[in-house]
Amino acid sequence: MIREASPVLLEIKDLAASIGENKILTGVNLCVRAGEVHAIMGPNGSGKSTLAKLLVGHPAYTVTAGAASYKGGNLLEMQPDARAQAGLFLGFQYPVEIPGVSNSQFLRLAYNSVQAARGRDELDPLEFDDLVREKIKIVEMDPSFLDRSVNEGFSGGEKKRNEILQMALLEPTLALLDETDSGLDIDALRIVADGVNHLANADSAIVLITHYQRLLNYITPDYVHVMIDGRIIKTGTRELALELESRGYDWVRSETAAARAA
Amino acid sequence: MSAVIHDLVNRPYAAGFVSAVESDTMPRGLSEDTIRLISSKKNEPQWLLEFRLQAYRHWLTMTEPVWANVHYPRIDFQNIIYYSAPKPKKLLSMDEVDPELLRTFEKLGVPMNERAALAGVAVDVIFDSVSVATTYKQKLAEVGIIFCSISEAVHNHPDLVRKYLGSVVPTSDNYYAALNSAVFTDGSFCFIPKGVKCPMDLSTYFRINTQDSGQFERTLIVAEEDASVSYLEGCTAPKFDTNQLHAAVVELVALDNADIKYSTVQNWYAGDANGVGGIYNFVTKRGLCKGVDSKISWTQVETGSAITWKYPSCILLGDGSIGEFYSVALTNHYQQADTGTKMVHVGRNTRSRIISKGISAGRSNNSYRGLVKIGPKAESARNYSQCDSMLIGTTCGANTFPYIQVQNRSAKVEHEATTSKIGEDQLFYFASRGIGAEEAVSMIINGFCKDVFQQLPMEFAVEATKLLGLKLEGSVG
Repeated sequence: MIREASPVLLEIKDLAASIGENKILTGVNLCVRAGEVHAIMGPNGSGKSTLAKLLVGHPAYTVTAGAASYKGGNLLEMQPDARAQAGLFLGFQYPVEIPGVSNSQFLRLAYNSVQAARGRDELDPLEFDDLVREKIKIVEMDPSFLDRSVNEGFSGGEKKRNEILQMALLEPTLALLDETDSGLDIDALRIVADGVNHLANADSAIVLITHYQRLLNYITPDYVHVMIDGRIIKTGTRELALELESRGYDWVRSETAAARAA
Repeated sequence: MSAVIHDLVNRPYAAGFVSAVESDTMPRGLSEDTIRLISSKKNEPQWLLEFRLQAYRHWLTMTEPVWANVHYPRIDFQNIIYYSAPKPKKLLSMDEVDPELLRTFEKLGVPMNERAALAGVAVDVIFDSVSVATTYKQKLAEVGIIFCSISEAVHNHPDLVRKYLGSVVPTSDNYYAALNSAVFTDGSFCFIPKGVKCPMDLSTYFRINTQDSGQFERTLIVAEEDASVSYLEGCTAPKFDTNQLHAAVVELVALDNADIKYSTVQNWYAGDANGVGGIYNFVTKRGLCKGVDSKISWTQVETGSAITWKYPSCILLGDGSIGEFYSVALTNHYQQADTGTKMVHVGRNTRSRIISKGISAGRSNNSYRGLVKIGPKAESARNYSQCDSMLIGTTCGANTFPYIQVQNRSAKVEHEATTSKIGEDQLFYFASRGIGAEEAVSMIINGFCKDVFQQLPMEFAVEATKLLGLKLEGSVG
């Protein structure tokens, strides 16, 4: 829901970034307020995933210009773990496997790290078990996944559910979901989308990064942005996503080029 | 983030202090006279002097082994001190122990005082060349267990020592075993008679204090029919910028249905961050499952030493006997480790199990080397080996050298190996969930080592977990 009076959570201004010699972001502008759902769409290699990873502090990227603030503070100065503790969350496109570390232990450590930073009570293993068994229902995941190593041998869909389970536990203020829909069959997509909807609330915001508008059939965005060549070049509403689905991205590109030429 | 890895592997070595203990130290150098002097200082019987001299003469004909995947300058064996003992040499009670010595072991957390001792662990303490204290001796004697320094055993139980010394690791076995047989100064002796289950864990604590002294200790453990014992070994040394040689020999003998469990947490000084100083740990450990259905289990956590060259092995002679090897070897900075095991199946229905976990960080090099040999008469022998390596950062190395020799068609041998890496992506994943790099690494390492830590006695497992954390501090960044 668009709430122009609600507080700004994330504000990105003219953000440019590169990895090594490659310029990936070339001047991104974006403003996300509490309660909003944004979708960022765009062709492969347009910089969507880079933007998401950069916002949560991935060390591979160097910011070359611009600024990003989170809840009014300079986001780019914060360490990645501090960003998570402050309520930023990234649902990864390709969650890594961590052999030997049990999922439940990992989830509890994450939960307690974030709780401690927020001045809330940490949970012992038994208490946490109760909590996680409650939360796991949101993503309709079998509790046996708690005893397995983190993401190890999980299918694509199971990994994505595990990401949403983490989102449910960490209760982020700003959740970035990077291609959470890719590799999901239609049932898994519905479950993941329902989970996200369940977690949405007036105090937090969600930014979806996706190639396809089909996810947006389940999660309705307030804004749809088109990202091409490292910048957001067009912003619209849900209808824009449908138009992109039928017409592709080229027309947006030429429209922008024409506007510039004029 | 690789700065995080870097920071995590750089904690100072806490046991690196030198104690000001007055000692009786022999001049450097090795000759038959050195050996005669050691033997006479220890007032040894003639047969033992002969044992030593025979070993020495054989050693002179041998050359230093170079097959291990470790690199170091040639050792000058004439520049080593072969005997160094704190004064006074003969102790009648704990009260006569140099208080500085007591403080040393207090600082290291080793209980020499029986009242203060960890409940249920008897300790033999070796300082440089000699055993300085053995606790709980009386209580163990009541059930017929002999637990004392090997020097004492030579005098009080000469027949037992003579019967078993060198029976598992002959004096001519290898270069360092021969050297040890010639110059060993002390060590622990442990004898569990028929039918006795040792009521407490037995433990030896080794400490090298004198610069340029070698430590050549000798441990002999014999479990008779139906006996069982769990034995723990810990090691530390001060920080010196020279290298010290530690060349121990450990022999285990298990008769019918006997069970010996030998656990080591090795934390010798590993040298500094630039690879200067540290212990050369060239050790021969071997167990003989002599009787039917006997069992020998080695568990080791190797975190120290500049160079480790060590292959705790089992000779499975008795039908139905079992050999086990569980190992965590961690190397950091410029440490080098070439470690593993040998499982030699001789008897029928013998079984062995090898679980090896190697962790490399910094610029270190960590190799697993293991032999599984199934002899022609080892009907239905079985072996399972699992060798996993983990790399932290991009400047370290890990190698696996499995040797498998099977001479019996009914044998079943399995070998599995994996290599994994604590990558930036994993650490970033933890960070993105609010978890700092140190906690992340500790969680990954503990997960990786779980199968081995489960084999350690409780206190040792806690100690080992802490030690790994310490050793890795600063390596993740």
